Amino acid sequence: MTAFAYDLHVHSCLSPCGDDDMTPCNIAGMAHLNGLEIVALTDHNASRNCPAFFRACETYGIVPVAGMELTTAEDIHLVCLFETLEQALAFEEALQPMRMQIKNRKGIYGEQRILNENDVCIGEEPFFLPAATMLDLETAAKRVAQYGGVCYPAHIDREANGLLAILGAFPPEPVFLCAELREAEHRELAEGRKILVCSDAHRLWELKEEGEPIELDAPKDDPAAVRKALIDALKRGRL
Amino acid sequence: MTVETLLQNLPWKAVSVTDPGREITGGYAGDLLSWVMGRAESGDCWLTIMSNINVVAVAQLTDVACVVFTEGVMPDESVIAAAKQHDINLIACDEPTFAAGSKVAELLR
Repeated sequence: MTAFAYDLHVHSCLSPCGDDDMTPCNIAGMAHLNGLEIVALTDHNASRNCPAFFRACETYGIVPVAGMELTTAEDIHLVCLFETLEQALAFEEALQPMRMQIKNRKGIYGEQRILNENDVCIGEEPFFLPAATMLDLETAAKRVAQYGGVCYPAHIDREANGLLAILGAFPPEPVFLCAELREAEHRELAEGRKILVCSDAHRLWELKEEGEPIELDAPKDDPAAVRKALIDALKRGRL
Repeated sequence: MTVETLLQNLPWKAVSVTDPGREITGGYAGDLLSWVMGRAESGDCWLTIMSNINVVAVAQLTDVACVVFTEGVMPDESVIAAAKQHDINLIACDEPTFAAGSKVAELLR
């Protein structure tokens, strides 16, 4: 087994609440400085900055993971991660008709910028991304699995959009084997589920700097193998 | 006022009413179950748009008289089955929560 320093919940400038400085290249660079080895890009209901992020991570030898932070119909945030970039992009495309078409008001929420691998803006998302989708919790979990990914509730120790604040307790379905925390000390909230402590960074300085690593059965120099091992471990709840 | 009386006065749908004689003594509106757990009171008519199965558990815990799903929200079969099993009254209406709550309040006067 190999230990990896990780942060599996990071927003780029595609999220309206993400800082403009959260470009794919800046995130990869900062993650490198922080000693992170696996980093997932998880914008609100979107994965379109993941292609640029994958390129940026190559430069620094970081294993990139494509994903998103999905808002369910109940307003619960789920971290969704995929083994490949293609799966994440296919999932995002399938999600399009399930999103609310509320125009993003830049002055209020912020810009939603899509960048290329040189941090050049190549597009903007016109509709407000973080709004609740039409997928309820159970359907969302099934849909993510259909696309080969894995999902688990984000920041369960947070009042806003945390599963426990919204549902009061873990529901019987879907079964989540993992849960994300902002702070490791809130471990008991997960009731024995495997814990991932991640930053949910919206600004560069919020990226994770320290914490328990994750143990995976994969060599450090093979990003595809590391992603496969990671997604597999998350699906089985074996971390 | 009982749950049965409420249904006689309003054109709302009895999704699963196994305890029609239950007395309604107050009302509560809210969708964040962690809040409802600590704030709804025994005998309340609880109005919500949340239809997750945990609604049944929270209704049991707080001992509300009934749950009213507003805005056209309809719970799925598993929620209805759990409600029947635990004797929780479920009602549905198309009205927004504020309008529905006003009507309940009027009847409770």
